[in-house]
Amino acid sequence: MVGSAVFRVEGLRKSFGQNEVLGGVSLELHAGEVTVLMGANGAGKSTLVKIISGVYERGGGTMSLAGQDFAPNTPAEAIRAGVVTVHQNINDGVVADLDVATNLTLDRLSGSGAPFLFNPARVRREAKAVADRMGLAIDLKARVSDLSLADRQMVAIARALAHQPKVLILDEPTSSLSSAEADRLFALVDRLREQGVAILYISHRMSDIRRLADRIVSMRDGVISGVFDKKPLDYEGAVNAMLGRKIHLDQIVARDSAKAILTIDGLRIAPGARPISLTLGDGEVVAITGLVGVGKTALAETLFGVRRPLAGTMTMNGKPYAPGSAGEAIAAGVFLVAKDRATSGIVGGFNIERNVSLPFLRRMSNLGVLKRRLERATARRQIEELGIVCRSEKDELASLSGGNQQKVMVARWMAQDATLFILDEPFQGVDISARRDIAAKLRASANGRATLLFVTELDEALETADRILVMSEQTIVGAHRNAEVDLDRLLAEVAGGPLHNAA
Amino acid sequence: MTLRDHAIRYGFIVLLFGLVAYFAIAADGFVSPQSAVFIFQSVAITGVLALGVTATLVVGGFDLSIGSVATSAMMAAAYVMVVLEQNAVVAVVVCLLIGAIVGLINGWLIVYMRVPDLLATLGMMFLLVGLQRIPTEGRSIATGMTMPDGSVANGKFGDAFLALGRHRFDFFIPNLIPVSVVVLLVLAVLIWFFLEYTRFGRMMYAVGSNERAAELAGAPVKAYKIWAYVISGVFASIGGILLAARLGRGDIASGNNLLLDAVAAALIGYAVLGAAKPNAFGTAVGALFVGILLQGLTMMNAPYYTQDFVKGVVLVVALVFTFALSGRGRE
Repeated sequence: MVGSAVFRVEGLRKSFGQNEVLGGVSLELHAGEVTVLMGANGAGKSTLVKIISGVYERGGGTMSLAGQDFAPNTPAEAIRAGVVTVHQNINDGVVADLDVATNLTLDRLSGSGAPFLFNPARVRREAKAVADRMGLAIDLKARVSDLSLADRQMVAIARALAHQPKVLILDEPTSSLSSAEADRLFALVDRLREQGVAILYISHRMSDIRRLADRIVSMRDGVISGVFDKKPLDYEGAVNAMLGRKIHLDQIVARDSAKAILTIDGLRIAPGARPISLTLGDGEVVAITGLVGVGKTALAETLFGVRRPLAGTMTMNGKPYAPGSAGEAIAAGVFLVAKDRATSGIVGGFNIERNVSLPFLRRMSNLGVLKRRLERATARRQIEELGIVCRSEKDELASLSGGNQQKVMVARWMAQDATLFILDEPFQGVDISARRDIAAKLRASANGRATLLFVTELDEALETADRILVMSEQTIVGAHRNAEVDLDRLLAEVAGGPLHNAA
Repeated sequence: MTLRDHAIRYGFIVLLFGLVAYFAIAADGFVSPQSAVFIFQSVAITGVLALGVTATLVVGGFDLSIGSVATSAMMAAAYVMVVLEQNAVVAVVVCLLIGAIVGLINGWLIVYMRVPDLLATLGMMFLLVGLQRIPTEGRSIATGMTMPDGSVANGKFGDAFLALGRHRFDFFIPNLIPVSVVVLLVLAVLIWFFLEYTRFGRMMYAVGSNERAAELAGAPVKAYKIWAYVISGVFASIGGILLAARLGRGDIASGNNLLLDAVAAALIGYAVLGAAKPNAFGTAVGALFVGILLQGLTMMNAPYYTQDFVKGVVLVVALVFTFALSGRGRE
């Protein structure tokens, strides 16, 4: 039932300051069709959605809806025109303290033409009409805060659909749902597809994509990098277009390690996930890659003692290793450069020197009193080692570029010798030169410890690691030595094909 | 540094000196050792409380219960000595214990029960205001008072205890420096050293600035937060001991201004030397600033009811210095 496009975006551009986020995006959505949009973090998906839904002003390009020019100035205008977005954060779509009926009709409470008095009977009547049309079986008198996440999601979508949209955008709707809950959502999406709604479905979950997609559009670095609409859909091709190599750098000389540092045996990090077993060796740099939400951060946090495994054992240098807190992990020589430095790394009130010394204050103090000279000397040495561009060790972190901020985070954890050094998405928001500096530094200093990186981008793994492991569905599904990697097999594993292919 | 940087850094210190110069000219007898000591004495108790609340501000919290902890400690000291007829040491120990226990409960409510800091300590404030009146059914405590059961309380404040409020040390001039001022100075230096030069203080700042980063750097974040409230509670109870020793009785009507004055001093401290964060030195200067202002106004015969207004103006100006001009308030 592919006809002409209901919704069309052409040459859409958007910049924030110097930073171009969308470099001319063109996209078509057809009635009665689910178009899946894939893209890594920072590819520009959410900016695109925000422009379409009227949150951001576009920098250039045109949008049209059913042949008419479409240029919403506010989210309300977009909704009234028939373009409705359900954002990723479920709780943005519902008011937790009100009941389901009021939530379903919330948008009729304001705006011109809304009655002055609140009439509960009318609200319930209208809400029932909305719920029936959707096939929603939820008690309309229940408070939203008493509902499960999936039910809240349904209410948020039903609320969006009360406007009878022509275009529905679902931004990672299953990211916090269980698989049974997700099935209910899929049934709803199928129903809407039959009703002729054009759906843009943004997701990283390959199982969702396989279940729903009529077309796949891949995005990378602010442009569309691939459109796939021939049946059967080429899922590996879509993943490749989203993550694949864009530049060929010097090949790594992959090293093999003789001595094991960390052995993981039967580790389960999520209910229902298959156990993980792996060995990390001395001097080895191992990258674990996989899409967003496959459990990379959960595994990193389990190794670092922030999260408890459901089952399994870890052995480090021959001794059992079961950290109960970050403090215990650090004492055992396991360091983590956490994902998203702004929220989990940088202490904003501290300068470089104090940010660097943070985890090792105990070792840098005498009876609790800090050895400030040692602190400064350490900071200066680390600034030198990693080539951090700054005026002095007294600089505030806010005055540094993203790449240099990340170098400070790496410098913090390289100030002392690690047994196991974990970096979770260390290259996020980092320019290419800083990324190469950090990668080179990691490889040069790798002897004497095991180094484990978690990265979504394949390039980053291929540039840095001796071994590449692939994660999917909260477990490891493939291993590759970084020499003549079989990229097709690797991509198939990332895309999470049937398990017998991946094992 | 630009002019603006200088203004942010030294603005408040300049204002302080300007104030002193103005009062020196305008108010007779403002510049004298006695006047200076009087100012110190008037800020000693609020200063001690302010130093305590600074510790909670450092970890990103707030403690509204300090005023009522101080008055509860005062009432407890009076009850222990007058009704239970115990000595000064017992009274001091009981007060300090009350401060520590209230701090622990505050910390527990905030960290484990997840009650927002302002609400938890506000609740604790109301609780203590009521609790301190229960043993005497709302009466003030003094030697010779009649108890609810009709008996007469014959205990009295020990001399050693009263000395905490009334003894003066010789300093060039005989009988110049009161004990409370010495206590303030000692505690100020202690907490300053603790926050600036020990790893515990450093970690507390890290917890206040980015809790998750501190946790991932291996800090026991919950313990640090609870300790901050214990410090605050103990300092407030020390303030209560000094108050009881100065008054010589357990006066249920005193101590109303303690909370506001102490919080104002700590918040003014943000602006001192452009720190833009809670700090012990700034808090001490803030307390001094408020004290000088009030003493000067009093000596110029400004009516008492204008004083709260002036304090409020100073606080608002100081907060503008911190948050708007330096642009470092949030983020």
